[in-house]
Amino acid sequence: MTVEIMPTATSCETNLAAPPVWQVRVGTRLSRAAAVAGVAIVIALLLLPAIASRNLIQDLIFVFTMLALAQLWNVLAGWGGLVSVGQQAFVGLGAYALFAIVTPLGIDPMLAVPLAGLFAAVIAAVIGPLLFRLEGPYFAIGSWVAAEALRLICAQFKSLGGGTGMSLSPSDLSQMIGLKWVQALFGLRPAAGRDVLIYWMALLLAVVVTFGIYAFVRSRIGLALAASRDNAAAARSVGVRTDRIRYFLWIAVAFATGMVGAVVYLQKARISPDAAFSVTDWTAYVIFIVVIGGVRTIEGPMIGVLLLWGLMYHLGQYGSLYLLLLGALAILVMLLMPRGLWGTVAHRWNLQLFPTQRRLSRNDPS
Amino acid sequence: MSGLDTVIEGVLLGGVYALFALGLSLIFGIMRLVNLAHGDLILLAAYLVLSVTTALGVPLLASTLLIVVVMFAAGYALQRLVLERVLGDDILPPLLVTFGLSIVIQNGLLLAYGADSRRLQAGAFESSSIALAPGLSIGLAPLTALLTAIVAVALMQLIFYRTALGRAFRATADNPQIAQLMGIDERSVYAIAVGISLAVSVIAAITFGIRANFDPSIGPARLLFAFEAVIIGGLGSLWGTLAGGIVLGLAQAIGARIDPEWQILAGHITFLAVLMVRPRGLFPSRRP
Repeated sequence: MTVEIMPTATSCETNLAAPPVWQVRVGTRLSRAAAVAGVAIVIALLLLPAIASRNLIQDLIFVFTMLALAQLWNVLAGWGGLVSVGQQAFVGLGAYALFAIVTPLGIDPMLAVPLAGLFAAVIAAVIGPLLFRLEGPYFAIGSWVAAEALRLICAQFKSLGGGTGMSLSPSDLSQMIGLKWVQALFGLRPAAGRDVLIYWMALLLAVVVTFGIYAFVRSRIGLALAASRDNAAAARSVGVRTDRIRYFLWIAVAFATGMVGAVVYLQKARISPDAAFSVTDWTAYVIFIVVIGGVRTIEGPMIGVLLLWGLMYHLGQYGSLYLLLLGALAILVMLLMPRGLWGTVAHRWNLQLFPTQRRLSRNDPS
Repeated sequence: MSGLDTVIEGVLLGGVYALFALGLSLIFGIMRLVNLAHGDLILLAAYLVLSVTTALGVPLLASTLLIVVVMFAAGYALQRLVLERVLGDDILPPLLVTFGLSIVIQNGLLLAYGADSRRLQAGAFESSSIALAPGLSIGLAPLTALLTAIVAVALMQLIFYRTALGRAFRATADNPQIAQLMGIDERSVYAIAVGISLAVSVIAAITFGIRANFDPSIGPARLLFAFEAVIIGGLGSLWGTLAGGIVLGLAQAIGARIDPEWQILAGHITFLAVLMVRPRGLFPSRRP
């Protein structure tokens, strides 16, 4: 097969009269429909607090924060090749940073959330170079050790409650920006009004994280990272600086993970080192969501988080049996359909709501 | 005397950590597999020994021998039925499967045995000690643990460099394709390696279960200690792993002496410090 015209940007510019015969495409007709539906769903979710019960709002805060964590882990492990089992470190750091600046400094909780993310990012920037000395699978346990060390260090701060933890005082929370407005708008009491504000923050985080990751994966840098994952030597030979991209990704993911942690614990209003740095709550569930939904897809974590929510509703009260079943399900999915639920469906019927693959297609002469 | 006491305690603790680390180090060396369920498998072994000892009323040594055989078979089966299907160039699937296994074992133990602390009963052996000097004595059980670790490393070294199986291990580790061309069944070599790894874990479980209480939640911490011992000692060297375990034990004992809350943290910080100063470990293998 011969390629008549090189499908590059320059050939497009120099040859404006005749459109290139071969073209690289990412979007599909379905993906454009999905984008429209996605916007509609987000708008509906924004307006939901007007009619939803407080229980549903709290459930959805859980769904959105877990979705954000799952997307973040997915981009780190799936695309970046950094299989971290220590993401609970950044949830805990973000949450503790929030508690440390809201109560003593009197900073508004809404403003404290990005600052908490920043704190997590700074710590990530410091420990990243150390952990990156551990290759591939050893990075996984190394990140876990770092998270444990950070948990034990947090427990040393007596002003933050030491090993038993601390609570946010109601007076700090009653002054949140926009709280009065939300209360007046929906006719809610302060606690319910606060949940609505946190719900919007969680929704915003989930949406920004999802689309941010989608944009990243489709960008040149995302392509470079995928190339380096598939063949490190070949990618390096064409000038991909994998280490720098990974380092940047590690810090960016820590920043967002820290913000999610801050939002989660703003809603809980009570923190302890064991809970905030829990490997089960902030990494095991997250990994199961991604594995069951589909690694290396944007849609997979969405399917996974909805499944987890449904299972939790029916089996959540069984505690360890629930976790045992989730773990067994994740192992079975990995063995029998390694692409996950969504990945298998998408592959079988060639469905892509958030397409990330680049396809070379021939333009029909018109 | 208290300084010397701490050093002795740390070195003896290091023997247990080295035993934790041996199994992890073995399968990483041969098949590049990091088994995130390693700590929980050690705990599973401890609980199985506990059950057999109490159910059959046999001495600890007898039930240990039985569980060594059981865990070897379990490791062989685990590799052939599960891990074999996910090993490949992509590091993600084996990590996720062993992580899932870790959660399954941990919660399975919780369902079967509850969250209470348990301990292995070894009769008079666990409390007897040898007096070295006035006011300075060594517990017989921790000393046995260290000696067991030394014997285990020596045995493993012997298997690796003096037997046909060891040759098959080293050949497969270097190049699985060429090893296969030479008539080595790569799949059975891997399965035997995982089997040995779990068999050694039973020994680790016993030495640990006699000297300290255990409950289902502490598996991951055993994995982290094992891992720290391997990295501190240097990848690819079994004697290095023993040394790494002792360095970790010393760090924890010294940390605990300063403040009991700092025991584990001192170990983690030592690990991170070694990673910063000597990323290849204190005693890396001479082979590249």
